[in-house]
Amino acid sequence: MTQSLASLDPGQKGTISGFTRDDAMTQRLTQLGVLEGEVVDVLRRAPAGDPIEIRILGYSLSIRAAEAETVLIDPQ
Amino acid sequence: MHAEEVKGNAELPVLVTLGNPNTGKSTLFNALTGMRQKVGNFPGVTVEYLRGKAQIGGREIAVVDLPGTYSLAAQSPDEMVAIDVLLGRIEDIGKPDAVIVIVDANNLRRNLFLASQVLELPLPVVVVLNMMDLAESQGTVIDVEELANMLRAPVIPMCATSGKGLQDLKTAIDAALRAPRATHPPIDKPLNAAAASLTASLHDPDHTVSVAEVERALIDVGGYAERRLLSTDPALHSQLETIRQELGQGRSLATLEARHRYGWINGVVDAVEQRAIDQRNRADFADKILNHPVYGTLIFVLTMAVVFQSVFAWAAPLMDFIDTVSKALVATIDTSVDSPLLASFLGDGVVAGVGSVVAFLPQIVILFAFIILLEDTGYMSRAAFLMDRLMRWCGLSGQSFIPMLSSFACAVPGIMGARVIPGARDRIATIVAAPFMTCSARLPVYALLITAFIPSHKYLGGWINFQGLVLLGFYLLGIVGGILTAYLLNRTLLRSPTPSFLLELPPYRVPNLRSVLIKLYGRAKIFLKRAGTIIFSVAIVVWLLATFPQTPAAGGPAIAPRGPEAAQLTLEHSYLGTLSKSVAPLFVPLGWDWKVTAAVIASFPAREVVIAVLGTIYAIDAEDEASLIERIKESRRPDGSRVFTVPMALGLMVFYALCLQCMATIAVMRRETNTWRWPIFAWVYMTTLGYLGALFCYQFGTKLIG
Repeated sequence: MTQSLASLDPGQKGTISGFTRDDAMTQRLTQLGVLEGEVVDVLRRAPAGDPIEIRILGYSLSIRAAEAETVLIDPQ
Repeated sequence: MHAEEVKGNAELPVLVTLGNPNTGKSTLFNALTGMRQKVGNFPGVTVEYLRGKAQIGGREIAVVDLPGTYSLAAQSPDEMVAIDVLLGRIEDIGKPDAVIVIVDANNLRRNLFLASQVLELPLPVVVVLNMMDLAESQGTVIDVEELANMLRAPVIPMCATSGKGLQDLKTAIDAALRAPRATHPPIDKPLNAAAASLTASLHDPDHTVSVAEVERALIDVGGYAERRLLSTDPALHSQLETIRQELGQGRSLATLEARHRYGWINGVVDAVEQRAIDQRNRADFADKILNHPVYGTLIFVLTMAVVFQSVFAWAAPLMDFIDTVSKALVATIDTSVDSPLLASFLGDGVVAGVGSVVAFLPQIVILFAFIILLEDTGYMSRAAFLMDRLMRWCGLSGQSFIPMLSSFACAVPGIMGARVIPGARDRIATIVAAPFMTCSARLPVYALLITAFIPSHKYLGGWINFQGLVLLGFYLLGIVGGILTAYLLNRTLLRSPTPSFLLELPPYRVPNLRSVLIKLYGRAKIFLKRAGTIIFSVAIVVWLLATFPQTPAAGGPAIAPRGPEAAQLTLEHSYLGTLSKSVAPLFVPLGWDWKVTAAVIASFPAREVVIAVLGTIYAIDAEDEASLIERIKESRRPDGSRVFTVPMALGLMVFYALCLQCMATIAVMRRETNTWRWPIFAWVYMTTLGYLGALFCYQFGTKLIG
């Protein structure tokens, strides 16, 4: 079932299935490799639960919850 | 830029280095060029580049280092500048003769994104595969020859920190400059064809617009390339839209570009790379602790405490030493120079002026060293990750935290540290808020006035002192002032949607000492050159104002030509004294007389001089703080009432807390924002706040007491 990247808990992973938007922020994400078909790991959350640290293409990226909400995931 | 310099560089072949952040780009640039570096600014934007010279193939070559970027998408000024440089649109640099793209061997896929964009440009490209040693130690094997075949460009495996592969790189650059390679065919052929036909249809007889630019204009909706193209012909808008519709079929060309490129990259990486599984265990373990909500935050607080302790503990002896030297110099001048005027010029003008520049250098350098270490180890982005939520609540972002914290020692390294913040909005807000933090130059003022006017009640068995509480209150005032300022700026002048916060958390690395030292030297030089010259000239101007016109000393030299009384008399009849007396009525509502006004005006270039000026005005040797306190307590107006009351002293401290009395900060603000707009705004805004704060304290406090 498709859900947003923001809803994944640390330790969970999923395959990116799409985006809720297609704007400048989405463009940034896709340039950094956050792209349909890629597997993303949620590593941990910052103290206030936001931002979250994800692993994509083998590197770590910090992404705010509001931004992660635009990324759709099929959890594994 | 200097005309001669431009001409001189125009004759040299130009090499541009480009790459993702955290790929060891600056280390490579340093290895190529050494210490002979210059900082350049692109016209109109706050983006900076480094320029140096390298010896390659027996000739001198100009090397230009562009800011780290992930893409050539023209969304941010950094990226547009990269495109402009590559297309030869920056006059100071000229058309590049070759480009080095630095690729992190440990992160081939993401790094090849930018590389693939550059490879399509009609320029000789050399790809550097950096940090090969780390890749090998983690069991990653890359078929360099096959990669070069697929990229159609030379690929040089390197380890920039140890210099391994540098000679091969120089040979490759030399070869690239002599025999240009064939450009890589476009990855997205339909897009390229559409861009080419649109370019050909433009009314552009001089061929100033390139296909690459039109391609960017098509892809990056609302970006710099599109805006520039539309500014020449607004009617192009509908044509751009039509092409976007045809090619995108409902999706943006930007995400399509990313898909095409990553599709191509995946093919390349599958063919050339073999990775050991589970390779980032060590970094994972470190981040489990360092990014942990509880332990990570604790370690972070401890790190910051150590940094601060060191800044003050290590800087204090050096600052004392500088102080001793300048006092000895003044003493020598006093005894060996006959003319009192010349002695005053050399002592109070030149030595004091140089002193106020150098005095803060130890603190600034130590703080810079820590900031550079935090950046180069990779910890800086972890700090931003941990602090982002808190800082966002203040209208800033996680990356504003270290600059703001640095400003508690000195706003200068804080403001210069703000350049790591990518978004213009957060960056400007941080720069304007930073001077509110209680810097070390405010401490002497607080110390003097608190000792003089705040009773030393003790609570909890002496653990808490009322004076200490008042000092804490002034720290909080600065923090609240800064936060409110950032908050208000984001809702008014800087109003724009919240910028994205996609921040790479790079693997932890041992910093390269040489690279750290070169960066440190560069930043200290900037401070001394840009801020130093301004501070020094203002110090001389203040000396002139406080010394001239020379007192005709009613009836000849009845008083001793030197000493506290003479200095007081000189100051009272100087331009500064006259000016202070004429504007004093403005400050009567604050409870100030002309003497306080003069001390405040004289300390606008550097707030810490207020003690020295008060000493002069009250004819006290400024060294003797106890008698200065006695004298200001007894200072009376013509009607016999005391000038310094508790509300007035509190108001004066509030004024020093809120007011931007620091030429160094103003100079650095000007440099970092590349415009006078923000320093002038900050000065007017903070001075107004200081005035209103002091007014409120005095008026309200006096009513409360009386």
